[in-house]
Amino acid sequence: MATINPGESYGFFTDTSICIGCKACEVACKEWNQLQGDAPAFLADSYDNTGQLDAQNWRHVKFYDKVPDAVTTTGNGTAWLMMSDVCKHCKHASCMEVCPTGAIIRTEFDTVFIQQDVCNGCRNCVAACPYSVIGMNQATGTAHKCTMCYDRLQGGMQPACAKACPTQSIQFGPLAELQQAADTRLAALHTQGVTQAQLYGRDDAVYGGLNAFFLLMDKPEAYGLPDASNAVLPSRNNFGGYLAAFATAVLAAIAGVVAFRRRVTG
Amino acid sequence: MLLAGAEHFVRAPQWTWFILGYFFFAGLSGGSYAVASLLRLAGDPRDEPAARIGFYMSFLALLLCPVLLTIDLGAGWTRFWHMLVDVTPGNQSLIFKYWSPMSVGAWALFVFGLFAFVSALESFILDRRRDAVARPIGGPVGLLFNIVGAILALFLASYTGVLLSVSNQPVWSDTWTLGGLFLASGLGGAAALIAWLTRYRVEAAFSVDRLHLAGGYFSVLELVLLVAFFVTVAMAGSVGRTLPLLPLWALALVGIASALVGARRRATLQPAGGAAVMARTGTNTVIIALLVLIGVVALRAAVIFSAQ
Repeated sequence: MATINPGESYGFFTDTSICIGCKACEVACKEWNQLQGDAPAFLADSYDNTGQLDAQNWRHVKFYDKVPDAVTTTGNGTAWLMMSDVCKHCKHASCMEVCPTGAIIRTEFDTVFIQQDVCNGCRNCVAACPYSVIGMNQATGTAHKCTMCYDRLQGGMQPACAKACPTQSIQFGPLAELQQAADTRLAALHTQGVTQAQLYGRDDAVYGGLNAFFLLMDKPEAYGLPDASNAVLPSRNNFGGYLAAFATAVLAAIAGVVAFRRRVTG
Repeated sequence: MLLAGAEHFVRAPQWTWFILGYFFFAGLSGGSYAVASLLRLAGDPRDEPAARIGFYMSFLALLLCPVLLTIDLGAGWTRFWHMLVDVTPGNQSLIFKYWSPMSVGAWALFVFGLFAFVSALESFILDRRRDAVARPIGGPVGLLFNIVGAILALFLASYTGVLLSVSNQPVWSDTWTLGGLFLASGLGGAAALIAWLTRYRVEAAFSVDRLHLAGGYFSVLELVLLVAFFVTVAMAGSVGRTLPLLPLWALALVGIASALVGARRRATLQPAGGAAVMARTGTNTVIIALLVLIGVVALRAAVIFSAQ
């Protein structure tokens, strides 16, 4: 791919219609970022033994079994849905909004990055991230998530997961180019009659647009992603919360004055 | 008509026992300071001993707050001060994000700490010099000091609820009531605590009935907000998450009911004979105070664990 230039927006376009669930992205991510992974566990959940994105899993291939009980169609490629999930690097990032320490920053590549030497482990970002991306590393006491291989980008290399993906389900590049590629791919699928295919995070309807956006083969909710109406920032509740507190404070002060100024004889 | 169920795919932050402890003591600290200031500024001169109890309790409860918050950070505890200072290389500066309740709360805790300390120290000096009438910080400056301190106290007792709401967690972010609810609860708990502690200070017994009355008013506010909480959470479709915690909600209601019973019994104030009132500052006040304080903890626990 072309050179990676600071100051330009980069991202992932993950096309779930061609994901084969091989988990090469998970392995490459762990290998490059020296993540040990969680202790092996049998989750009894399809072919998924990773479970979730967290401090040790910055890529997670989700499996959705949609195989019908009685075979009625060929499935059109949707009997199994697989999606390599990752931090979305939102334009309007909930985690960055609430972080009290300034640890979460936007890099020169327009990605969202947690500075490990600044984070103090308050977990406010965990409470805010609507995608359940961020996890706590108990050993370091800090929050962790995908960095979009910030160190590789600085070295002019594409992220490890995109490089390792054998089907090019995960594509990395300048955001504008990825969006163009996604539009072309979506049009092709619709032409083939796959009308349920849709882009998620391509436009600004979800958190102002996602630098890691997806082509989905079902509704966002099926993949554990909030739809546009539910993609809301934590700060939406500042006004109402403080207003209720203020009104209560005023009423409580009046109540206190009434109680304490009550005349007492004697 | 109920709104469509809110969709949440968020992970719980594991804010558990230390945070519960912090919310409890922050509520009591802020509540005690606010009640003490109201007693001093709006009450009778004979309310001053009870006000001093409030200032002492505010400071003592506040001492535990940073300890609990720091322990909760786990391995990152040595970086507690990053709440106030941005240490980003090349960008070191104080950090204050008005849109992040945790950032505002960290500063409020820090600044209020100065007010709580000075007011407790002033109370101590006044108690040591019983012959002295004038406050060390008297006149308009003292008045302004208590008013600013009370405003900060009210903020400290309430922002923890707003902090929960300003998230994407189920229940917490589905309601606007938590700031007010925690404030009303903290004030009620503080009034009950101060009333309880008047047992150990004879001259403060004058304020017992008034504290119970105020506690009753605060509990009415809390009850109204609790109803609003359930309505808003039900409208968001998250009420099912709160139901398994029914015993905690019941304890919170018992606390509210106890404060209301205490207030009702004292609604008709008796002649202010210190000894006469003192005689009634007995077991019932202790029981009421205990039930109210348990309710304060239970309310916060129910809210915190509803989402986790």
